Amino acid sequence: MSVPPPGPPAASDQPAASGPGGGAATVPLRVTESPARSAGPSDPTGSSDPTGSSDPTGSSGPDGGPARPAWHPAVLFTRARLRQLGVLLLVGVLAAIVTGPTGNSDKPLQAAKDSIIDVRIVLYLGLAVALWVVLVLGAELRGALERVSAPVRAPIGAAYGRRGAPIVLNLVLLAIAIVAPMVVSTAAQQSMVNDIGIYALLALGLNVVVGYAGLLDLGYIAFFAIGAYATAYFSSQTAMPWHAPFTLNPFFVFPIALVLAALAGVILGAPTLRLRGDYLAIVTLGFGEIIHLVANNADNVTNGARGAFGVPHLSIDLLGIDYKWGIDPLPYYYLLIVIIVGVMIAFGRLERSRIGRSWAAIREDEIAAEATGVATLRMKLLAFAIGASVSGFAGVLFASKQFFNPQSFSLQASFFVVAVVIFGGMGSRLGVVVGAVVLQGLAFYLRDKVPPADRYIYFGAVIVIMMIFRPQGLVPSRRRRREIQLAEEGIGAADSLGVAPTGGQQ
Amino acid sequence: MSRAGAHRSGVPVARRPRADETAPGELVVEARDLALRFGGVTSLDGVSLRQRRGEILAVIGPNGAGKTSLFNCLTGAYRPQQGSVTFWPEQDRPTELVGRRPHAITRLGVARTFQNIRLFPALSALENVQIGTEVRQRYGPVGAILGLPHARRAERDGVRQALSLLDLVGLSHRTHELAASLPYGEQRRLEIARALGTGPSLLLLDEPAAGTNPAEKRDLAGLITRIAGTGVSVLLIEHDMRLVMSVATSVVVLNFGRVIAHGTPGEVQRDPAVIEAYLGVADDTGGDAGGADVQAGPGAATRKDVR
Amino acid sequence: MGFLDQFWQLTIDGLMVGSLYAVIALGYTLVYGVLQLINFAHSEVFMLGSFGGLFAARGLLPDDGSVPGGLASVGLVAVGLGAGAICGGLAAFTLERVAYRPLRRRSAPRLAYLISAIGASLFAVNLAGKEFGRQNVSLPDLFHNGTVFSFFGADVSTQSLVIFAVAVAMLIGLDRLVAGTRLGQGIRAVAQDADTAVLMGVNVERIIIVTFVIGGLLAGAGGFLYAMTFNASYSMGFVPGVKAFTAAVLGGIGNVRGAMLGGLLLGLVESYGGYLFQASYKDVIAFLVLVAILMIRPSGLLGERLGRAA
Repeated sequence: MSVPPPGPPAASDQPAASGPGGGAATVPLRVTESPARSAGPSDPTGSSDPTGSSDPTGSSGPDGGPARPAWHPAVLFTRARLRQLGVLLLVGVLAAIVTGPTGNSDKPLQAAKDSIIDVRIVLYLGLAVALWVVLVLGAELRGALERVSAPVRAPIGAAYGRRGAPIVLNLVLLAIAIVAPMVVSTAAQQSMVNDIGIYALLALGLNVVVGYAGLLDLGYIAFFAIGAYATAYFSSQTAMPWHAPFTLNPFFVFPIALVLAALAGVILGAPTLRLRGDYLAIVTLGFGEIIHLVANNADNVTNGARGAFGVPHLSIDLLGIDYKWGIDPLPYYYLLIVIIVGVMIAFGRLERSRIGRSWAAIREDEIAAEATGVATLRMKLLAFAIGASVSGFAGVLFASKQFFNPQSFSLQASFFVVAVVIFGGMGSRLGVVVGAVVLQGLAFYLRDKVPPADRYIYFGAVIVIMMIFRPQGLVPSRRRRREIQLAEEGIGAADSLGVAPTGGQQ
Repeated sequence: MSRAGAHRSGVPVARRPRADETAPGELVVEARDLALRFGGVTSLDGVSLRQRRGEILAVIGPNGAGKTSLFNCLTGAYRPQQGSVTFWPEQDRPTELVGRRPHAITRLGVARTFQNIRLFPALSALENVQIGTEVRQRYGPVGAILGLPHARRAERDGVRQALSLLDLVGLSHRTHELAASLPYGEQRRLEIARALGTGPSLLLLDEPAAGTNPAEKRDLAGLITRIAGTGVSVLLIEHDMRLVMSVATSVVVLNFGRVIAHGTPGEVQRDPAVIEAYLGVADDTGGDAGGADVQAGPGAATRKDVR
Repeated sequence: MGFLDQFWQLTIDGLMVGSLYAVIALGYTLVYGVLQLINFAHSEVFMLGSFGGLFAARGLLPDDGSVPGGLASVGLVAVGLGAGAICGGLAAFTLERVAYRPLRRRSAPRLAYLISAIGASLFAVNLAGKEFGRQNVSLPDLFHNGTVFSFFGADVSTQSLVIFAVAVAMLIGLDRLVAGTRLGQGIRAVAQDADTAVLMGVNVERIIIVTFVIGGLLAGAGGFLYAMTFNASYSMGFVPGVKAFTAAVLGGIGNVRGAMLGGLLLGLVESYGGYLFQASYKDVIAFLVLVAILMIRPSGLLGERLGRAA
């Protein structure tokens, strides 16, 4: 046992041996303190650390002998908890600034000042304090519960069995998805197609790269752009200055875009995937930006910033079925549902095949995978190409649905897809779809309340918060959760980017 | 006979040359004059080694002698600056290994385990072995997604082979448990099963007995003999001399990146150079330093005469 | 006019921009050295430093719009550099505390760091856009900007000279710091082998945070210098960020002198290339350089290790 740290300031004016069982009672206190403390005495965000003080159940640990009563100030106001309160108050101020008025560069600090000197600050600070109280009480309650009943924590090996969500749940969700558009406004229906549906599809594709292969693609939307521009090129003589000598029904562009995007993925990935994984992130970032740049500037090819007008809608005239998709969003919505469900089933099978197992092997131990005969480079490239082709496929749908311009293919759109995958739960098909629904739902909800660009403040915050508190996502994949858990214990890895950075428990 | 053919039959250890195939003297691997340096440190200094098919060859030597480096050169993890490694997947098909990627070497029929076990921790025991049994399967994403017949058949074959390998190493009762949750000794055996899953003709075991108890060591000796009995040649790094002496048909001794002795276990045990390498100065212990002394040697008494 | 006529002018411009890339690249390289991690949010540290310096210097300018001269100019540049550095340092410190440290504590997988950094970057960019507006902000001239001397027919302006001189001074200072001080020794020790450094009594936590702050100070000051010639805006960080990263990789990421060399080289390549092809494809050139290095020599010109080099 290391040297006990000096007593917390809040407790220092309490006589050390006042409580029942005096000296013994302080031991568990110190045990809890030590993880947060090891990093150094002035740690403002220590309390946002899940392994540290935000999990203070041990403050009167189950096996720590007689403990002080839970309401004792020395227990309630440990240094870590006061720090937690401080952090929460800071977050409250930040939240006030984020939601406050918009400023400009002439008076750079005016907006922030206006946000803080405002009645709303009381609300935010009040919320911060309330949250703190809930956290503290929750921790105490949990501690008390664990004292009566021994904590039931299933050993990691035992929980292995059924995969995926039960069929009934899936069917219920599908039914909700089918009924949902009938009860909302047309604007919401549009959003369900353009934002939720398309992004769910994109997220399913990116999930193959991030969730299955453990790589990071920051230019993912570039393949989406390739699909959209391919549609304009092949299916319309007028949408862009540059067009094919013939015209195709957008349905026939699906396979073309699929192949084109996959090809672009292979060309981009083949040289880069040999290297350390984080280089892939930055190269794809650059690629995404270049595609965006070209789309925006090449006026006489892509029509530049004005975008492509008049790509025909999808239509079927086959086997006596003659149907045209039009401006009504609903038919597109149901088409998207069919496609999304199909892709989910397909990727589920892929995940459970030798290919999915190879990806898991690469994530968990790349050297061992290589030694077991897994062609790691080829499998990564395959994931990259599959992801890209889904993105290209979605691009066709997007282009045939409506007018588009390069703004739809910005860097931020790529980041947004990453956010959807992370938020929903990488590696989890249901998770990423739920992620798209929740995040785009949030965006739809914010659409009248904040300027569109400001929404990315919230998305950025969501990404960081998820990484800190719930890296496995909202609806985690069981395997990914186990991998993250084991990797954090130092067993194996959970991505294909090499060893974890310096630091950790020392 | 093609390798794929051997696999399709569903035999767990894919290549089982019959006794008449493994004529004595037929080589399975030959390393010539390997040199490996890291900056100024020489890890291998002109190491040559030959192994006959079906033989259990043990590589022993003090810590830092270059044993694992040798393995890494054979399996493609390191590329030696000099020398060559010839491997015969079949008798008349010599293949150069230096310069190939590890997974390609595995597919040729050289499988390995690691000194510090490297399983896929969040996969089940079965899945760990399946990854091995599936390395030569051909079906691609389309087959997997559409559930085409050949993909399903390959999948079933992979599972069947993996199950019988788990049975071979005595882990049938752990089929669906996570690799990370298995006890240490079982993890070692699971790693062997995974390596066997790739259908090797040469199996490299890097200290398979490290950290196991005496009973497990006895089981392991039996397992290694059984594996060799199926026609797989075994190249073994091991510190436990009792295990080496009981299973190895011949022994190579490395010290400071050089081969200092090779021969049968008995010959090597009596070799003065070996005794010196393990115990420092040979004169002190006299010429009668037999097996018991060597057993105490590795790790404990290494290089005390240096520096 | 031919390329050769313009050669020296292009060289001077390239060196000026390149020295800025080098200053930013150091942040990538230092953090990479100790954490083996690409700090994706470094470009936002640069952006925030740039705004800090710009606002501070602009706040002290006379209201009548006249251009100060002499000591007043020197003072303004110093204030801007200082404010930029402080804002950059603070931003880097906060970034490390919020986006990285909680992950480091539980030894999260590498992917988590990249994603967390992207989230932080997205947050910072758009918050800056909200607070400072989304237009370009320009810094008025801080001194009478004339030609100091001509060099083979190429004019060297006061501004270029100031930028280049300050940037080079920072580079040399950092090089001395890393190579010659106890702190630098600690940084190199952590870069070489963090586990052993811990055993040797190096406070790795402290080294990591100091490394972030040093990178932030440099990027912030560099941001102010950047704002002197170009404009500042909420989204200004991305392009120089990618270029500085390219410079770091070009020199050998993790290698301090490599980052300097890489920055200057990239500045030159871009300057010549922008003239020979088309100015709007300047950004593409940097990217192509990046891909080319990664394919041909991923360890960069001077190799990888912060510990060994410097």
